[in-house]
Amino acid sequence: MFNLVYNEYFKLIRKKRMFVITLILLVLIPIFTYAQYKTAKNAMEQLGTSDWRAILQQQIVDQQNRLSSSRLAPEWKERIRLNIKQQQYYLDHDINPTAPGAPTFMREFIEGAISLFLPLLVVVLAADLVSSEHSGGTIKLLLTRPVPRWKILLSKYFALLLGISLMLLITAILGYLISGVIFGYKGWNIPVLTGFQMQKEHLITDYVHIVPQWKYLLMAFGLAWFSSIAVGTISFMASVLLRSTASSMGAMLAAVVAGSLLTQIAPNWNELRYIAFINLGLTDYLAGNPILVEGMNLPFSLAVLSVWSLIAIIIAFIAFTRRDVTT
Amino acid sequence: MINNQDIVLSVKGLSKTIGKREIVRDITFDVKAGEIFGFLGPNGAGKTTTIRMLVGLIRPSKGSIHIGGHDLQKDFLNAIRQVGCIVENPELYPYLTGRENLEHFARMVPDISDQRINEVVELVELTERIDDPVKTYSLGMRQRLGIAQALLGDPKLLILDEPTNGLDPAGIRELRSFIRHLANEKGISVFISSHILHEVQLMCDRVAIIHHGKIIQTSSVDQLVEQDSKVEWILEPLEQGIQILHKLSYISQIEKLDHHRVLTRMPPEKIAEVNQQMIQHQIKVTGICQYKQTLEDIFLKMTEGHQIV
Repeated sequence: MFNLVYNEYFKLIRKKRMFVITLILLVLIPIFTYAQYKTAKNAMEQLGTSDWRAILQQQIVDQQNRLSSSRLAPEWKERIRLNIKQQQYYLDHDINPTAPGAPTFMREFIEGAISLFLPLLVVVLAADLVSSEHSGGTIKLLLTRPVPRWKILLSKYFALLLGISLMLLITAILGYLISGVIFGYKGWNIPVLTGFQMQKEHLITDYVHIVPQWKYLLMAFGLAWFSSIAVGTISFMASVLLRSTASSMGAMLAAVVAGSLLTQIAPNWNELRYIAFINLGLTDYLAGNPILVEGMNLPFSLAVLSVWSLIAIIIAFIAFTRRDVTT
Repeated sequence: MINNQDIVLSVKGLSKTIGKREIVRDITFDVKAGEIFGFLGPNGAGKTTTIRMLVGLIRPSKGSIHIGGHDLQKDFLNAIRQVGCIVENPELYPYLTGRENLEHFARMVPDISDQRINEVVELVELTERIDDPVKTYSLGMRQRLGIAQALLGDPKLLILDEPTNGLDPAGIRELRSFIRHLANEKGISVFISSHILHEVQLMCDRVAIIHHGKIIQTSSVDQLVEQDSKVEWILEPLEQGIQILHKLSYISQIEKLDHHRVLTRMPPEKIAEVNQQMIQHQIKVTGICQYKQTLEDIFLKMTEGHQIV
């Protein structure tokens, strides 16, 4: 089994997919770093101060002004109201929510990337894992070895899990190293608020507590790992079912993008929450970001993702071990 | 008769139905140890489907396949361990080198040493280019690498699907002598599918002819070719000569070519008898020419006949 996983992982690396992903990150992280730097600088210039308390105060005032506009949809009003509450909480407790430093950048990057950007990278990694063997014709050589089919598929799945882990590791390391050039490498111990809970439209702060940033980061990356694996597992199934790389990757990209669009477009459509791609933004719960679709919380999202992954992996194994190879 | 131990591949009543279409119908044949067995048929006759069933890529609807005595469906691992194969094109990982490809497949079989890899690389004469990426290989080199991976596990049975596709004449000749060498020296049985008839005639000991998913005939190449042959007669006067030919029951086909020549299909051992008949009737025989019938003629005759039935 070790040999088989080694084989699959070797191919994954040699196919240069990981290389392409690293390249994408190498291009995007500096852009995001600069963007964040620019935003911070702009805010300072506008307010004429580098005092974060003043900035936060100003943000609250801005949002209160927006609230009074009558054209705003009720969902958005609610969201803004919750944001204000949260920022007020930071202000009252003397906590700088955007304290500069590479760890803060990593936190914001992973929070922003978890529901769309990371899933897209995972799809690139996973969607051709099996279909490429079909389109390359090598599946015929792979399946005519004295190895049962389920073992071959399992070794591919293990290789995928390793690949996703490596991808997140690369994201973390590059994010830290690159953003640190501008923001500095300190800030592991900055206190971060977590434990927000939503109940209907109320933000419940009863369980809010402070954790050091490194701890928060560990939790955030853990959740990102979980949601990436869920996306990876569903892509893996697509890669087994659809025999061409183009169609499996296309279908998965469409699904991921549609999931993130639907949350924005139709937050009132409650049944959406049972779709895996709606539940990818696990760090929102950690950060206390308002959740648009009602009835979602961390255990619920974890359960939805787990169920989808489990079904996907079962379908993948049944299809792969039973099917005739005719291409 | 043949000892069971000598049969490497035994196929019984093999059928495959996809949807309502019967692609392979009730195929039965045996391949003996050290034999080169040709599997002949036009495109779309069911050759590839049969081969895919032989290597476990497609599940048969009916029938059984035994390789080295192991049932392929019930004991896949032990059965497939004895097989090396190339199904259709020799498709390997283009982004890996030749050696990495071989190492990859070696890791999937227990106990294949680096030395064994070097051995097969030498055998297919790829030593110089083995560390280059496969995407830089010519088709002939890919074919050889494909054979190298098939030989890695020291198989008793080599299954090759259209092995000469895309090879130049020199490459085909090389492949032919290489396969002969494997069968004669190493005792490996070789199962070759092809739609190119003279190739099979040159390479194989026995052939099965498949048409519309059914085997029409299985026999040795020599037997098949010698059943009937074409004999050209130059006679004078021709018309009387043809009348005599018509009276002989063993002559199956008579075709007038021009004023002097007539082409017949007949058993070659009867040539002297026909000649004698001609002399008795005072017909001058100025030439007898026997054409060795090719597999092609036989094949066309069989498949045409089959279509009418």
